[in-house]
This record gives sequence, structure tokens and C-alpha cells, in this order.
Amino acid sequence: MSEAMRGPRTRSGDGGVAVRAALRPYLAVIAGRFQLTLQYRTAAFAGFITQLWFGVIKVLIFAAFYAGGAARAPMTLGNAIDYVWLGQALLAFLPWNADPDVAEMVRTGAVAYERLRPVDTYAWWYARALAWSVGRVAPRAALMVAFAAVALPLVGLGKWGLGPPASPVAAGLFALSFVGLVLLSAAITLVINIVMTSTLDERGPNLLAAPFVNLLSGLIVPLAFFPDWLRPWLRAQPIAGLADIPFSIYFGALSGLSAAGAIGLQFCWVAVLVVVGRWRLEAAMARLQIQGG
Amino acid sequence: MTNALALYGRYVAASVRAQMAYPASLAMTTAGSLLGTVIEFIGIWALFQRFGQIGGWRVGEVALFYGLISVTFSIADMTTRGFDVFGSVFVRTGAFDRLLLRPRSPALQLMGYELRLSRLGRLAQGAAVFAIGLAITHEHWSVGAVAILAFAMAGGAALFAGLLILQATLAFWTVESLEAVNILTYGGQTAAQYPLNVYAGWFRNVLIWIVPIGCISYLPMLAAMGRADPLGTPSWLLPLAPAAGFAFLGVALFTWRFGIRHYASSGA
Repeated sequence: MSEAMRGPRTRSGDGGVAVRAALRPYLAVIAGRFQLTLQYRTAAFAGFITQLWFGVIKVLIFAAFYAGGAARAPMTLGNAIDYVWLGQALLAFLPWNADPDVAEMVRTGAVAYERLRPVDTYAWWYARALAWSVGRVAPRAALMVAFAAVALPLVGLGKWGLGPPASPVAAGLFALSFVGLVLLSAAITLVINIVMTSTLDERGPNLLAAPFVNLLSGLIVPLAFFPDWLRPWLRAQPIAGLADIPFSIYFGALSGLSAAGAIGLQFCWVAVLVVVGRWRLEAAMARLQIQGG
Repeated sequence: MTNALALYGRYVAASVRAQMAYPASLAMTTAGSLLGTVIEFIGIWALFQRFGQIGGWRVGEVALFYGLISVTFSIADMTTRGFDVFGSVFVRTGAFDRLLLRPRSPALQLMGYELRLSRLGRLAQGAAVFAIGLAITHEHWSVGAVAILAFAMAGGAALFAGLLILQATLAFWTVESLEAVNILTYGGQTAAQYPLNVYAGWFRNVLIWIVPIGCISYLPMLAAMGRADPLGTPSWLLPLAPAAGFAFLGVALFTWRFGIRHYASSGA
């Protein structure tokens, strides 16, 4: 890391080299944190088992609701099951907490050192959050997809598993929207980090974040199940981009122009959250109180 | 026995005083636990808005099932913290040695470890949902029905405590607390929010014969409502089903004793 920290000081006439040098500390923190997070294999396996069990409960409950009134549902049972498994696979992208290492820094006062690094604190924290979420999701998602999209069909339970995307175009759009999901997840983690840094309190933001993120992302119930008059509002808010938008694109409920619009909205929210977040973080850092001693 | 109860009372009083020393923190964690469950119920409400019913049950009736298991689980969750953190706090550190030296049962001392007041948030929400269910369904409750529900809650608290004790017992070998047991406690609680007859057969059997959560929620609730089980359980058995929770606790305590005999201190 010490080598990486010298990165931005590198001077070079060549623009490409300069950019690469400027990015080096951020790429280094992404690589380091990703590898570190991947080490927690037992936690990943326990997370997979838990998410699998809750996925089974959700699928069974949907099946029971559909058995009594499928005509009134806004999507087919197959789509609802795809939604459940995608949600369970990508659950760890949901920003429930502040970055635990940043929380520790705020608690101990070590956050002061962040001011000494020759890097942009926002970009630095963003890179950490990105690597942390991807590192936690990767093993869980791989296991969940292996179970829901491969193992279940193999034993003849395919209709209870995760089907393929609606079409090749849907797959491409989903890939794009997935990138939006990952970027958005880190941006919202940063919002929680910043609230925590400003208020010097991690418990409040952590307690409040999870319930709202669960509800507004569509994880508790796909947003399409809420009353119709609420739906435009639910789709427009930023947290829909963490689950509901990419999942709906996956099984084709959002396609063509509306899918493109939804993806555009995801990236707009990323941009807004990053710009406002960076501004608020600078303000918080300017009048930072250091705890501990 | 009286002595044990008096001692437990002192443990509880000490734990309550300790939590009252940080009123803001207590208020916040309680509000957080309340908010989480309120939002969870919004999801259930949204599904009923769409579908109207599940397995022949309407939203008011499901609110009663939901309320019963929520209150039961909060009571268990409030009282069993010591077993929940047993692996990381007592086994890994060797602190369990001290508990063994005292002339009182280790299980009692762990029960007294903490009474988590923040779980009152979930309890209040469960009670509120139950009250809403009562208002919607206009169920008429006899004294007998109330007694059955009280028995169900006691049996349920015993069952969840038994699960936590099994988790703690495993920690004698695994050292760390096995969080996979959460799928039976939290997961069982989630499953029991709906009447059991909505589930597929294999899953129902798990919830009655392996982890008898159905015996402390679904079956006694049918008895309290005066309904017959659509699945055909004989009606004389329904009000007696919560006894399975106490049986489960008995088995758990038996394995706990076995575990203690195999406890090798990590040294400290």
C-alpha cells in the first residue's frame, strides 16, 4: 500500500501513464480488499445456506399465493421465483451498513489519518466499498446460481429454479443494469458512511438503513406487487436500482425503451449520489471531530 | 428452586439497570427492532392487497398467526442472549470455566446473562399486529382460547430456547457460535408467520416433526380459533401440541449436559 500511496505524485508527460498512475492507489485498494473479503469462506458458506433457506420459504409462500389467485398477480409465478433467487444471490449487494472498517476508524479517531493520504477520500472509500461488496457477493452468488439455475433443473425441479434471461437482448441489458446495481450499491454505502462520519454515530444509520433498503429495493416484495398508483414513485427512487430494475429486466418485465430508461435512471442516481456525497464528505471532513486519543 | 428464581430475578434486575444506563442507545435499538418488523408486515400486506387470500386464509387471520409467533419469538430472543453468544463470549475466551466454578447451574447463569430490552420493539409490533388481526376477524375469544395461546407462547419460548441451547452445545466442539442455527430460529419464525397448510408437504413435515414450530403456532392457533385442521390433525390434539416445545427443550438440555461433560477449556 505504501507503494500505491506514492502513485498520484508520479509525474509524466504521457497522458495515459499519468491517468494510470493517478488510478493506481484506487485499483490497489480494490484488489487488496477484494482478495481479503474472499478469504472469509466460512462466512460466505453460512451466508449461502441462510439465503438458500429463506429463498425456499419465499418461493413456497409465492407458490401458495399464486395457487389461489394467479390472475391478480402483476407477474407470472416463474418470474416471481426468478426474482426471489436473483435477490437471494445478490443479497450482499444491499447496503445495510456503513463500511465496518470506516466505522471502526470513526469510532477510534483513526479517520484523521484519511486526511493525510494523498488520495481523494471519497474515491478511496468508494473503491473500498466496491471491492467489499463484490468480494462478499461473488462466492455467495456463484453457489446460489449453481443451486437455483443448475442443480434444481438437473433434479427435475426446474420450474422452482432460476430460469435463463428472457432473451439475449434482455441478458445484455441485464448485464448493463447489473453494473449500475454494483455502482449504486457502493454509492449508497458511501451515503451511510458519510452520515456516520458527520454524526459520529454508526448505530443510528445502520439501524435505519436496512429496513428501508429491504423495502424500497423490492427484496421484501417485488415492487410491482405494491398498489398501482405507488409504482411510478417506487420505480423512480434510487434504491429500486439495487434489485427491482435489474431483476425486471432479467425476466423481460422491463424491455426496450423502458428498460433503457430505467438503466439511464440507475446511472443518473449513481451520478447524483456521488456528486452530492463527495460534496457532503468534504464538508464533514472539514469540521471533523476526532474521537479517542 | 425459590433460590434459583430469586437469583434469576437479581440477574434480570442488574441487566435492566445496565441497559437503562444508556437510554438513548436503548431507545434507538428498540425503535430499530420495531421498524424492521413493521416494514416486514408492509410486505405481507402488499401481497394480500394483490391476492386477497392464501390457502383459504385472509389477512386478518394471518395477522393472528404472525402476531402469535412474533410475540413468542421476541420473548425467547429477549431471554436467551447468553446461549446465543455462548461460543464467542464463553467458550473461545475460556470464561465458561468461571461459570462452572460457581455453585449454580450454568444454564441458569447463561439465562441471566442479559435480558434484551430492545426486543420489546418487536414484541410491541407483534402484539399490535395481533390486535389488528382481532379487530379485522371479530374472532370471539373464550377463556379457554386465551389459555391455549398462553400455553402456545410458553411452549414456543421453550422451543426457541431449546434451539439456542443446541447452538450453544455445538459450540463446545466448534468453539465459535454457529450462526447457521439462525435459519431455524429466525427462519422458523418467518415460516410460522403463515398458517402451515399453505406450504408444500415436505416443508410442513420439517416444521412439525423435526423442528416442531408448527406445534407451538399453527396447531394451537387452530384450537384457539375453534377451527378444524384442513390437514386433518385430530382436534383433541391441537391444544396439546405446544407440549412438543417443552419436550424439545428437554432433549436440548439433555444434550447440553452431555456437551458440558465434553467441555475442554481453551485455557485463559
